[in-house]
Amino acid sequence: MTSSERATRKAELARRLREIVAPEYVIDDAETQRPYECDGLSIYRELPMLVVLPATVVEVQAVMRLCHRESVPVIARGAGTGLSAGATPSPAAVVLSLARLDRIIGIDPLARTARVQPGVRNLAISEAAAEHGLFYGPDPSSQIACSIGGNVAENSGGVHCLKYGLTVHNVLRAELVDVTGERLVAGSEGLDAAGFDLMALVTGSEGMLGVVTEITVRLLPTPEAAQVVLAAFDSVSTAGDAVGAVIAAGIVPAGLEMMDGPAIRAAEAFANAGYPTDASALLLCEIDGTAEEVAEHCARVERLFAELGAVSTRTSRDEAERALFWKGRKSAFPAVGRISPDYYCMDGTIPRGKLAHVLTEIDRMAGEYELGVANVFHAGDGNLHPLILFDANLPGNLEKAEEFGGRILELCVAVGGCITGEHGVGIEKLRQMPAQFTDSEVEQMHAVKRAFDPSGSLNPGKGIPTLRQCQEYRALSRPSAA
Amino acid sequence: MADISSQIIDRIEAARRDAEPLSIVAGASKRFVGRASEGSPLDVAAHSGIVSYEPGELVLTARGGTPLLDIEAALDEYGQMLPFEPPRFGGSATIGGTLACNASGPARPWSGAVRDAVLGVELITGRGEQLNYGGRVMKNVAGFDVSRLQAGALGAFGVISRISLKVLPRPQRTLTLVQELDAARAIVHMNELAGLAKPLSGAAWCDGRVYLRLSGAETAVEAAARQWGGSRLDAAASFWRDLADQRLPFFRSAAPLWRFSVKPSSTLPAIGGEWLIDWGGAQRWIHGDFDRSELERFAESAGGHASLYRGGNREGEVNHELPEALKALHLRLKNAFDPDRILNPGRLYSWM
Ligand SMILES: Cc1cc2nc3c(=O)[nH]c(=O)nc-3n(C[C@H](O)[C@H](O)[C@H](O)COP(=O)(O)OP(=O)(O)OC[C@H]3O[C@@H](n4cnc5c(N)ncnc54)[C@H](O)[C@@H]3O)c2cc1C
Repeated sequence: MTSSERATRKAELARRLREIVAPEYVIDDAETQRPYECDGLSIYRELPMLVVLPATVVEVQAVMRLCHRESVPVIARGAGTGLSAGATPSPAAVVLSLARLDRIIGIDPLARTARVQPGVRNLAISEAAAEHGLFYGPDPSSQIACSIGGNVAENSGGVHCLKYGLTVHNVLRAELVDVTGERLVAGSEGLDAAGFDLMALVTGSEGMLGVVTEITVRLLPTPEAAQVVLAAFDSVSTAGDAVGAVIAAGIVPAGLEMMDGPAIRAAEAFANAGYPTDASALLLCEIDGTAEEVAEHCARVERLFAELGAVSTRTSRDEAERALFWKGRKSAFPAVGRISPDYYCMDGTIPRGKLAHVLTEIDRMAGEYELGVANVFHAGDGNLHPLILFDANLPGNLEKAEEFGGRILELCVAVGGCITGEHGVGIEKLRQMPAQFTDSEVEQMHAVKRAFDPSGSLNPGKGIPTLRQCQEYRALSRPSAA
Repeated sequence: MADISSQIIDRIEAARRDAEPLSIVAGASKRFVGRASEGSPLDVAAHSGIVSYEPGELVLTARGGTPLLDIEAALDEYGQMLPFEPPRFGGSATIGGTLACNASGPARPWSGAVRDAVLGVELITGRGEQLNYGGRVMKNVAGFDVSRLQAGALGAFGVISRISLKVLPRPQRTLTLVQELDAARAIVHMNELAGLAKPLSGAAWCDGRVYLRLSGAETAVEAAARQWGGSRLDAAASFWRDLADQRLPFFRSAAPLWRFSVKPSSTLPAIGGEWLIDWGGAQRWIHGDFDRSELERFAESAGGHASLYRGGNREGEVNHELPEALKALHLRLKNAFDPDRILNPGRLYSWM
């Protein structure tokens, strides 16, 4: 297509979209499109052909029908906080923002569910449910901003997922608009649905199978009490062993998080959470439940940590202190953003027992690449977030950070883990997918995709590598990092 | 206790060549589930054995044909358990069959179904390919969730040759309270209690009585029990076991058994017959010769679906009818894994 043909096609499509959606919600100029050029992983940037923001499900359907007829790829977008370039546009595509579908349709306190539109912010659900003594379990650190539609698309987790599960464990039903504009329902208001478990398949499918237009989530009773035990250690491996010991003692904490020295110091400087800045590792262990249970378990956890070599332990005395302890952890990413011009967040998951080994290896590789690393870690469920510190203004620095990151992910796979625990594959981790999947496994996923989207128009080029990309990876990959 | 996956693959490849439909079977404990099987048996019971168990990681991996009893015995040694309290149906139930049927017991609303505990699956598809999805870690969002897609698919995609599961520590204390209540009031009561932050782990109604199980820290369980009142049930463990295994007197009727999976707080539909209510209201059972489409309408208005679980005419449809668009999608998905439709054809729906 010549550039003038492209311009005509764009103008024609914009005109027809404006017959569906209020004209000001079809964005065709580069300047107004700018906020949509990337998601939270801004090293990947691209402007789309058009951005469209429908207001209703009927409008979403009409947009999908039009794009389908015209063979235009569609990229669904929530709040754009994703960390794997899943919502990054491509030049020939329409970005379909769900931001205006932001209504909480209803809360059913007796059945303990909330029916919401996809653009509702994660935290808004818990806020609305609070008057009924209920909350929505998965709490990504981005919860003030990220949308529930994006959470479903990524199967997002949070610091409380150890006890309350991931998105997939907390959503009951979803309405989708498929690539042709047809409405489909996955799941039910019961605990399973007739036929295949499409709710599970759609959760985490990164906008590649359908556009999520309505979600029914499960709500949980707000615990009577919660306290956090904060424990400092002088080595990450002792802290890692202490994590295993809590689990082995039969205690299921609501959250069990770990930070290493650099992360502790960055978070403390940012949030003044009262963290011991001379520690090499910090554990935050939240216990919730009835008042009796919390008191009993906190005492046991504190004792356990002390026996296992904690240098110091503290238990939050009240809600304000508990919130403060979490504030440090939840602001760890922006905090690290202040100590380094740029940082690159990785998301591998490993068996807990391999923690010390993996952290030592990461440290060694950091030396090799001459880059700093701060580690934030959903320790209870083995999900690592090494934050690689770099400076994009230094030539070659970003490429070095990316290569280092890739090797961390390969290491995770080599010790029995995986390349992404909660951020998704997007564009970013396409390269490492062949480390985790064989060509046949990749091809089977393409077959699943084709069952939903035969024309390959939904978020193309994301999530699953082409077989060609797999071959390139295998040809290039050095002997495994293990 | 062996790995017979290469034999399974050979058998599937041969069946593909000969266009011979296969009916996957392991413990044969749930032969009654789904429609009458078509095809020659593909017996995978010998593909069994626990591959790895790491109590500190709360993860167990076993071959599909491993009996639940073996798995539960291994877990018991370390004070752990399967969170989903699966039915054992006479003792021969296997972990692969449990996942294929998504069979989960009374703890389901609180600790999840087998589908929720699944971390990864190895599948031998209808093309005879042995594929791995998910893994042995708690969080894994690389690629589509093909593992959980196996839950309730009744083997339509392939033989589940290996499963990794999240397991849980056994609760410190468990007790059951019982109280007389009619069904309508029991439904409201169970839902109200489930909205409180108490260690509820089972809520069922049967024969005029509501049963509430509390599990967790000793102090929390005792405190909730004192607050709620009601009498404490002796031999409670066998009550919940018999409920999971469908051995309570309620299940002795020879009439067709229907399952309702609905919104837990929905009112009971006005159909004659005795109900048994489990899952805090979300799973309901009734015996009788009903018109399937009538029950489906009731279940739909209660936000869920109905199925003919056991007995009755198993040549016709037994699962809730799907809208046309979903039917077409089901066929395309089936085709993506088993293009020749040789694995358990017609088991879930006559048209698949
Ligand atoms: C500071 C920070 C902290 C974070 N912490 C966490 C954390 O603790 N845990 C965690 O899991 N993640 C975390 N994230 C990542 C991110 O917030 C989540 O992935 C979130 O779910 C993305 O939601 P979103 O609405 O921003 O989606 P977007 O970024 O807009 O989109 C993400 C993907 O979902 C698709 N999508 C969006 N909406 C729909 C829809 N309605 N239908 C179909 N597909 C759709 C998009 O196409 C894209 O592939 C963090 C991000 C940041 C910036």
